[in-house]
Amino acid sequence: MDWPDKKPGGLDASEKASLGKGVFKKCDGCGETLTTETLHTSFEVCTCGHHHKLSAARWRVLLLDDGHLDEWDAGLSPGDPLKFVDDKPYPERVATAKKGTKANEAIEIGHAKIHRKPIAYGSFVFSFMGGSMGSVVGDKIARLFERAAEEKLPVVLLSASGGARMQEGILSLMQMAKTVAARERHRDSGLPFLSVLLHPTTGGVAASFAFLGDVNLAETGALIGFAGPRVIETTIRQKLPDGFQKSEFLLEHGMVDRVVSRLDMREELAMLISHLCSSPRP
Amino acid sequence: MASYVLPFEKPVVELVTRVRELRELAESDRQYLPELRKLEEKTSKVARELFAELDPWQKVQLSRHPNRPYTMDYVPYLFQDFQELHGDRRFADDAALVCGVARYRGKSVVLVGHQKGRGAKDNVKRNFGMPHPEGYRKAQRMYELASRFSLPILTFIDTPGAYPGLGAEERGQSEAIGSCLAAMSRARVPVIATIIGEGGSGGALALGVANRVHVLEYGTYSVISPEGCASILWKDGSKADVAAKSLRITAADLHDLGIVERIVEEPPGGAHQDTAQAAKFIDEALNAALTELSMKSADELVTQRYDRFRVLGAITSA
Repeated sequence: MDWPDKKPGGLDASEKASLGKGVFKKCDGCGETLTTETLHTSFEVCTCGHHHKLSAARWRVLLLDDGHLDEWDAGLSPGDPLKFVDDKPYPERVATAKKGTKANEAIEIGHAKIHRKPIAYGSFVFSFMGGSMGSVVGDKIARLFERAAEEKLPVVLLSASGGARMQEGILSLMQMAKTVAARERHRDSGLPFLSVLLHPTTGGVAASFAFLGDVNLAETGALIGFAGPRVIETTIRQKLPDGFQKSEFLLEHGMVDRVVSRLDMREELAMLISHLCSSPRP
Repeated sequence: MASYVLPFEKPVVELVTRVRELRELAESDRQYLPELRKLEEKTSKVARELFAELDPWQKVQLSRHPNRPYTMDYVPYLFQDFQELHGDRRFADDAALVCGVARYRGKSVVLVGHQKGRGAKDNVKRNFGMPHPEGYRKAQRMYELASRFSLPILTFIDTPGAYPGLGAEERGQSEAIGSCLAAMSRARVPVIATIIGEGGSGGALALGVANRVHVLEYGTYSVISPEGCASILWKDGSKADVAAKSLRITAADLHDLGIVERIVEEPPGGAHQDTAQAAKFIDEALNAALTELSMKSADELVTQRYDRFRVLGAITSA
């Protein structure tokens, strides 16, 4: 589809809203108006290079052979250990998230292939409660590493999460220890873990397994850090410099191996797997 | 040390102060002994009753009490031949996290603990017990050192959290904590963590991947501070008392949820009323746990620690 020549003019606000809805989207990077279809085909990457959020379902299509994931442990749901209520009870919040995202939880894991190489694959579903890590997410990540170690598979895990899931309180904190321990077991199997950090990766996910990849790849322009920018600004009482905690900043500070455009991710991952799995294991 | 009294602890503090005075008298004149015993009993009873009624938010305040004993306050009571070991070998030494080797009941151990400051000046140095990445990299060094020389690891948790600042982000706070968790989970020796005050989130957990976790009676452990939780959920940090309750962060909650194996009793009025007695209680718990863990092989210890955390969570299968 061609780019629209100019923005539709001469309409009042209400008409604009109804016309624009679902058809056009303004790029968060350059401000140019694009059709949603154009963005969809380019996996939400604008011609200016700005990366908009991509759903877990589209990541599958982008990365995996035939876009296929043979999903593991899809049926796990969280309990309500704290009987936590904010403006609604936690189970209701989970039910709403399930309905809104058509996902069962904030991560999907399973067996897949990239360039015909079998891998254990995990991908956060950020739209599900901000990709927050509660008991189910923690458990599925542990299962991912454990099963990958058993089945002798490299792990590719895409993180996009605001951190621990507050509604599960201290139990969500414990998932950090659980996932890291499982990652260490997988490390002992001699197989690589490729950690892909998407926008945003912060808090308990950043501070557990996400930086423990044998190779860490950050997606272009992602916000990655321990504390969120607002928390830091409140703590130090000054404005943060431009680009702070962005992928490029992390590369500069030695925290990630490469900053990779989403559109190159499949090739980059395939090449890394072929390098790291090229020698027979001792 | 300037003494600081929270409104709700006032009656207990008054009694505890009188006990202390009477104890001094009784030391020189035995005729005060019966009166001392009576007052001690009364104090203990009043303190128990009053503190049993405390709500979670009040317990949070106790866990952060400015007079509360910190890691270094316990060291002389629990250890001999303590040698502090400094630095992460990469960038700096972090005074918010203290490490060292020491003798515990005749056996050498590695000690890792958060360290808050006493007063404004000391707190600048200690950064209010909030470590930078250097602190966690030093801890990681210690976990590895302990494994190499087969020394049990004893940690003391007391932090509002890892420091959320510019330099901390630049130098990889996330990676430092993650690697700390990894090193702890790999340690081939007994690991016992004691929450002596505040257990603030990932910055606390970096000292908490243990075979046994103990919490002092008025210690807390949480994924987020009650203030932080309230400001996210209700955009209102002053609802911290509600959040403190919802998050279930008190010692009893932690025990119910399987997060800690043991609640360590505190002296009447809390640890800050009698550091020596608090240390005695901590020591009893440590000794029992260490004796038990010392029977296990290195492989068993690693596996037990793995399984301990592996089962934590609330999941239903569809």
